[in-house]
Amino acid sequence: MNEDPGALVPELLLLAGAVLGVLLGSWLPRRRQWVVRLLAAAVCVAGIAATAAAMAGPPEIVFGTSYAIDTATNAVRLTVLATTLLALCLSVDTAGGHRRETEFYVLLLLAALGTVVLAGANDLLLLFAGFLLASVPLYALAGWDKSALGVEAAMKYYLTGAFLGVTMLTGAALFYGVGRSTAYGTLRDSLTAAPAAVVAVALVAALAGLLFKIGAVPAHFWVPDVTDGTPPPVAAIVTTIPKIGGLVAAYRLLEVAVPTPVVDWPLLVALLAAASMTLGNLAAFFQTSVQRLLAYSTVSQVGYLLMAVAVAGRTELALPSLLFYLAAYAVTNLGAFAVVCELPAARTLDDYRGLARRHPGLTAVLVVCLLGLVGTPPTAVFVGKLTVFTAAIAGGLAWLAVLAVVNTIASVFYYLRWIAPAFLSRRSSAALAPAGRWSRVGAYSAGVASVLLGVAGGLVLPWVTGGLIT
Amino acid sequence: MLSLIVFLPAVAAAGLVLVPGSAPRRVFVGAWIAVCALDLALVIAAWLTRGPAGGYAFEQQLPWIPSAGISYHVGVDGLSLPLVALTAVLFLACAVYSQRETRCVKAYVTLFLGLQTVCLGLFVALDLILFFLFFDLSIVAMYFLIAGWGHEKARAAALKFFLYTFLGSLALLLGFIGLYLAAEPNTFDIVALTVQNPLAGGGAYAGLVLLAIGIGLAVKTPTVPFHTWLPPAHTEAPAAGSAILAGVLLKMGTYGFVRIAMPLLPTSWRQYAVVIVVVGVVSVLYGALVALAQTDLKRMIAYTSVNHMGYVVLGVGAAGIVAGTGEQARQLATTGAVTQMVAHGLITGALFLLAGVLYERGRTYDIGAYSGLAARTPVFAATFAVAAFASLGLPGFAGFIAEFQIFTGSLAAAPVATAIAVTGIVVTAALFLLALQRVFLGGLRFPDAPGTPRELSDLRPSEVASIIPLLALATVVGLLPRFLLDVIEPASRALGELVAR
Repeated sequence: MNEDPGALVPELLLLAGAVLGVLLGSWLPRRRQWVVRLLAAAVCVAGIAATAAAMAGPPEIVFGTSYAIDTATNAVRLTVLATTLLALCLSVDTAGGHRRETEFYVLLLLAALGTVVLAGANDLLLLFAGFLLASVPLYALAGWDKSALGVEAAMKYYLTGAFLGVTMLTGAALFYGVGRSTAYGTLRDSLTAAPAAVVAVALVAALAGLLFKIGAVPAHFWVPDVTDGTPPPVAAIVTTIPKIGGLVAAYRLLEVAVPTPVVDWPLLVALLAAASMTLGNLAAFFQTSVQRLLAYSTVSQVGYLLMAVAVAGRTELALPSLLFYLAAYAVTNLGAFAVVCELPAARTLDDYRGLARRHPGLTAVLVVCLLGLVGTPPTAVFVGKLTVFTAAIAGGLAWLAVLAVVNTIASVFYYLRWIAPAFLSRRSSAALAPAGRWSRVGAYSAGVASVLLGVAGGLVLPWVTGGLIT
Repeated sequence: MLSLIVFLPAVAAAGLVLVPGSAPRRVFVGAWIAVCALDLALVIAAWLTRGPAGGYAFEQQLPWIPSAGISYHVGVDGLSLPLVALTAVLFLACAVYSQRETRCVKAYVTLFLGLQTVCLGLFVALDLILFFLFFDLSIVAMYFLIAGWGHEKARAAALKFFLYTFLGSLALLLGFIGLYLAAEPNTFDIVALTVQNPLAGGGAYAGLVLLAIGIGLAVKTPTVPFHTWLPPAHTEAPAAGSAILAGVLLKMGTYGFVRIAMPLLPTSWRQYAVVIVVVGVVSVLYGALVALAQTDLKRMIAYTSVNHMGYVVLGVGAAGIVAGTGEQARQLATTGAVTQMVAHGLITGALFLLAGVLYERGRTYDIGAYSGLAARTPVFAATFAVAAFASLGLPGFAGFIAEFQIFTGSLAAAPVATAIAVTGIVVTAALFLLALQRVFLGGLRFPDAPGTPRELSDLRPSEVASIIPLLALATVVGLLPRFLLDVIEPASRALGELVAR
């Protein structure tokens, strides 16, 4: 039994940062709440350092059989912490000086903690705890600015989450009923003798909550409303951070706990992936609101990410490709949102007319990130897509790879609908007023990181290579 | 050496980005011409110092993503060196030609320099992913070029171009992944895959891989039935963009056949060679006949590209039909195909620049709007006539050398197909003569701008300096082809052996 808290330093840092942040924020005057922001950033940096140190150690399962610390968990820790840091950068212009500034950062830290716990959970109960920890702060964050649309978004988000969360809990109970355990390792052995129909129902129910977290079809209905109704930084956080943990959690649950002979889950996940990428793309086609367009684009991206989950355990490339694509997606998606954060008045595609002349740097970031989401080399998502497609074909899902290719081409259409107006001339440019320095810094960092991660993919891939600990 | 040639324009573009856009236009255009000239000089130096024939010259390999079998691997041989030289020549010609461009010159120049790096990189790439990277970036750069500096309906045409060729590039990617997975150990390296020949057994899997790669390259080439993006893209693109699109970008497709499809999938290539020959012949005839029916000069030239690329496809397809032909014939067909790429690049590049000259004078490509220009613009008329005759394959020009070799090489392998394809030349001759007659002979007619008559000037010095060298080079290749064939022939002999194994 390893119950050494030293194994959980990044998680504890996030928790301590959140608790300290609440306390500090309660005593600080409104114009000095930037101290909390600094604290949050420091926590992230310290967490990254702690994770880097932990990566040198061997993979292990700690606290009984409940929490796995392996390549996947460490990669998620790194990605989430770096993403949180970037999200903080994007939030300053919106949250800075706001009366609920502290709450914003604390909720962000808690959501980040939840998504890391999701990824490391090796037990159904911990998985559900992680689900709650990753969900509840985000409900509050969705309603953070108390605008009419934001409150409606939070309501929809909460109701969907509550319903699917209960479904997930039912799934966990069913697993416990037929497998006599909630630990993944024990379940794997006991489920082979269990009735297949019950296991299938339990699996679908348990997956429901995770699909909600990652915003995949058919649990994607909240995505467009929340993304469109909340301030851009919140939308960026909600569509990026939970996906990182949720997808790895799904991968771990499927590969470690559920044996394929009992339930043919690769087919199920492949169908979910196909539905997500296709429906997300089709819905994005004729959107005129940039945030809604990005929302549907994230739904389709989840489809590509699920391809790696569908071949979990069937090819060595599955896990590295998922982890790399997640990191690539996170930074590229945040880059696109960063441009939206910097231009909060530009709500529709048409508002971006004249962007190239007014803000050439932001235009470059927008082009890099949107073409990056398409998968144009040498950006990071290209390497992600290349590895995911390779994994899918190697895992026997060539049809899914072909479908993904068709979808990728379709997605070019709506991303170009956004890029093209930027190069046209414009009559007035009130919509293109910049929000501030920090969003711009965030946009540039994300754009550069998106290209660097792709070019230096050879250095990063070995770090995410390695199986799950079972 | 090769990396320097490839990345010199990109580095120059990065440097120009830092120059403020308010700087005089001459700074950008001057720097552009200087960089292109320097790059061409480097290519010529590489040509002269490449060492003994056979194998790859200036090979360089650096690890990029070793865990996925991807490396930065470049090198040139007789198949790629002529195309590298062609790229450098055409980009220099476009730089000289574009001196009168006034819209967003800074962006225009940096985009062209970036595109040059991408094109050169593609032809020297010896790794499938590196090839794909440049293939994709060429689409992106050309999209912005057409959308940003094209004519009225440029945005729709650019979108169509992007979607279509992107479809091709992703099909290509699927094929590459198929090759990667078949290899043991898994690798994207073209040289290693050639040696390994992982799909030597043929079968359905190899067939599907060839299908994916074939579709990808066919879209780019383009062959019938994947050619529909080409006419609008050409019609709407700026003249220099059209010249690069036809002269260099189309070659990426046919170059892919000789660099990737033939040596890496020899068994399937032989198996389906008949299909490829048929596609080639259909492209030849269809391109020529549709071109004959055009009233828009630029569209007509665009369709002759489909026709000329059809000859290339016919040549590489015939090289795959091993039965009943000697090694000599196969080598001749391949050499002809590569020569045709160079010849078409030079001649069609010149033709598109000439079409641009016409558009600048009269603001329309409609053949019916012009008549009798020869009286007022003798130099223009003479240059256009030379380019047209070169394009229809008159002996003495590069196109003749190329087409003659293709037909001779293919005759034994596919006599019927070759006989049908030869008729394409007759149609091309007819359409060029008709166009010449309508535009340059007869009574003078010229579209006026509303209100004021437009000036009708002959070729300007910058236009002469960009177009004449292309045609001169096409003539040199036509009269003294040995310097080119000596480079191509060893490589096409090696390719023939690879296909026949």
